[in-house]
This record gives sequence, structure tokens and C-alpha cells, in this order.
Amino acid sequence: MALRTPLNEAHRKLGARMVDFAGWDMPVQYSSIIAEHEAVRRAVGLFDVSHMGEIEFTGPGALETANRLISNDLVRCKDGQAVYAGLLTEQGTFVDDVVAYRFSPERIFICVNSSNREKDFAWMREHAQGVKPVDRSSDFAQIAVQGPKAEALVQRLTKTDVSKAQVDTYRFTEGEVAGVKCIISRTGYTGEDGFELYCASDRAEALWNALLQEGQADGVMACGLGARDSLRTEMKYALYGNDIDEAHTALEAGLGWIVKLDKPGGFIGKQALEKQKAEGVQRKLVGFVLTGSGIPRHGYPILKDGQRVGEVTSGTMGPSVKKPIGMGYVPAALASEGATFDVEIRGRAVAAQVVKTPFWKKP
Amino acid sequence: MAENIPADLKYTREHEWTRAKGHLIVVGITDHAQSSLGDVVYVELPKVGASLTEGKQFGVIESTKAVSELYSPVSGKVVNVNQALVDNPSTVNTDPYGEGWILEVEPSDTKQLDGLLDAAAYTALLQNT
Repeated sequence: MALRTPLNEAHRKLGARMVDFAGWDMPVQYSSIIAEHEAVRRAVGLFDVSHMGEIEFTGPGALETANRLISNDLVRCKDGQAVYAGLLTEQGTFVDDVVAYRFSPERIFICVNSSNREKDFAWMREHAQGVKPVDRSSDFAQIAVQGPKAEALVQRLTKTDVSKAQVDTYRFTEGEVAGVKCIISRTGYTGEDGFELYCASDRAEALWNALLQEGQADGVMACGLGARDSLRTEMKYALYGNDIDEAHTALEAGLGWIVKLDKPGGFIGKQALEKQKAEGVQRKLVGFVLTGSGIPRHGYPILKDGQRVGEVTSGTMGPSVKKPIGMGYVPAALASEGATFDVEIRGRAVAAQVVKTPFWKKP
Repeated sequence: MAENIPADLKYTREHEWTRAKGHLIVVGITDHAQSSLGDVVYVELPKVGASLTEGKQFGVIESTKAVSELYSPVSGKVVNVNQALVDNPSTVNTDPYGEGWILEVEPSDTKQLDGLLDAAAYTALLQNT
């Protein structure tokens, strides 16, 4: 039976179209993916991301233990700061991509992808030297409030100052939103300003309803996984299982910025990435626009002079950029801006060009 | 969900509709089909003059999330395609039985229409799926 978030009934009441997503019964859209996408770009949208997992390290040594498991560096962070990071294999490829939160040196909280939760937890238990992780996924629900009006909406529901001056990007605090105790994190995966609110599972519906009600004046929309996918694709944010996986390294994925090779204590995968960096990356994840007609989709072959040289990892018609956009791994020689290749769509070679990313920039 | 199923059209099991227009047949996708697909963002049409075979694929319609094949309700020759859909594919969502028509076919045998579903049979099909 499919897993359900605490908001499952709320989605059904709103008339959401539900789909199976990595074993979870999740809303793909409520009204229209494009309308929901645009609501996030122009106003504010709510996403139920309670299916994401939460794994915690607490007690003396929590910071050091967790930091050795992730590619980014929590030691350099302050308390109240979060980082995007990879959990990497010894080969430097992705076990998962995560957001790690530093509450204090004795409490680290890691948000993982729903599809990888069990794998990540087992991997962390195996590799943690010191503090053992605790899977707290069922304790937490998570609602993402995303869009230019997100701050105003959340602020009206909380006495905690959530202005950028207090809670800047990739910073978080704790407080009550609509009377519900939350971790209020200025993070998200849409390219817009906004928050991810973590609360107790049994309070999620109260929080969701309060946000929907209070957000009416802002033009709030409940948004499904469809809009989440088109929004993140326009930012060239990687999706685990599509753009990053255990077959591609962090450097190939263009995520060298979340890999801190010089951090004291190192991390799993460091040696492989140092070697790859020294030798040069042979293939890279690029963003491209189709210049011919069609829409690139996950799995379509990338061709150069008729030869298969790579594969599309994500693609869509970008609702904001209004072009067919995609990502894919190509040989390094084809990875620079302006390089051209073809995408094979139903047996037809359609011209594509590598462009600077993100695809979408605020006007 | 209330479906818009005009009584004067004939339907396929693959959710295309057909409308007789003189000796031609206009083809589109149903309100149910467009609603199930979601936002239509791309329509791939055959060329005018192409031959269609009943039940065989003649084109592709893509929504934000999905790629769907279009199947020909009849055999015959394409005499007109709705070129406006190339620039405004969302017309399929907003007006599936009107401006969102897809193509016009000259059927090789007009009796082919007899094998299609009437509105009542199509309604029953949707209720049973």
C-alpha cells in the first residue's frame, strides 16, 4: 500500500490528482501545473514535502560524525545555518543529495530524499564513526512555502522575525507559525525566495490550512510535484535518480561547489574526487535548449554527428522560460556554452544548444 | 468529475472525437483526454496528404508531464491540420471540441464511422474506467 503523508486527506479535499511517487501517494497537480508553477514565480505556492526523510545526530560528537558523512562543511557553518551537500560513495558518486542543518555542535539534522531514506539511513549507520543516526522521518511533516510573497505570508502567521536580516538564505530558526511549533528554514528548491517549515506530523494539517487561508490575499496556490519539477528544472537543480545518482560523480554533475576537498577530517569520496579533479572531468552535466521542435525527456539519447554520446536526464517545456529545456551528460568537449548536439526524439534528431544556466532568471 | 461529451460527436476508445463535416471528418481529443493530460505544451502533427490507418498512431501530444500518442479513428488521407496548435497548444485544453481540433481526414470509406462509439457508449466507457 502506498505511503501517505499527514496531508493526504487535505490534498484529496482540494481535488488534487494523486500519483505514486517512490511509493508515496502524492499530489502531482491540483489545477494546472503551469498555473501552479506561475503562482510560485509571481506570488506564493505551498508544497507538501512531508515524504522527505529526516535523520538526526545528537549528543557529543554529532557535528564531527555528520560532517564526515557529507561533502560540504558544517564545521565552517554557524549554528542556525544549513548547507546543501552530497552523501557520496567512495567513487565520489551520489548516495543522495541532502540539506544538513546545524542546530548546535551536538545536534545535526539531515533532510534526505524520500526515495533514498532507507538506503541513506543504512548507509549512515554503516559509516557513522561516533554518534549513531536516528531516523525521525515519521515525526516530521514538511511544508515548503515558495515565492516572492512567501516571507510576507509566513510573517503574518508568526511572531518570530523571519526577515532576511534575521533568517537569511540557508539559515533557519525555530518558532510558532499559526500556533504550530516549526523549524523555519529559508530554503527551497524552486529558485524563489521562501521557507521550508518542519512541524510535528499531527500538526501538519492545521499549518497547511492556516497557510492556505491566510495566503488567499496573496494568491496562494497548493502546488504538486509537477510544478516542483518544472520549477527546479528551470533552475538546473538536480533531481536524484535523474540528474545525479551512483553512476555520476559530484564533479561531473557540476556540483563541485558542495564538495569541500580541503575540509579537516575529509569525507567519503574525497580521494576519488581529488583524482578526478587532477585528471580532468571527462563528461559533464549541461543545460541545453532545443532549437528544433519537440520536448526533451528523461532517457532520450543525445547524439553528435549521428553517434550516441549521452542521454537526457531531465527535460520539460519551461513554463517561465517558455522554451523546451533539458539537462544531460555529454563529453567534456561538448559541455561549453554554445556547443551544439542533437536530441533524438521518437527517431528524429532535433538540434540543441548548450546554454548558461540557470535557465530562469528573475526579470 | 463532470465530463463534457457532446451528443453529436463520435468517439474512440483512445479518447479521440470525430465530427462529420461534409465528406470530411474532423478529429480532436476529448475533454476527458485533455483534462487527464493536463497542460498541453506540444502537438506533433502529420503532414497534409499523409495516409492514416484506422487504429494506428498519427501524431503525438505532450503535456507538461507526459507524452501521449494520437490514434487515427479512421483510415484515409489528411486534408488539413490545425497549424495554430503549433504556436498555441494550450487551445486543446481550453477548447477541445472547437478551436482545439487537430486535423481533417478524407475517409477512405465513410462507413468507418459506424464502428465508433456514440456519446452514450463513450460516457459508459469513462464510467467504467
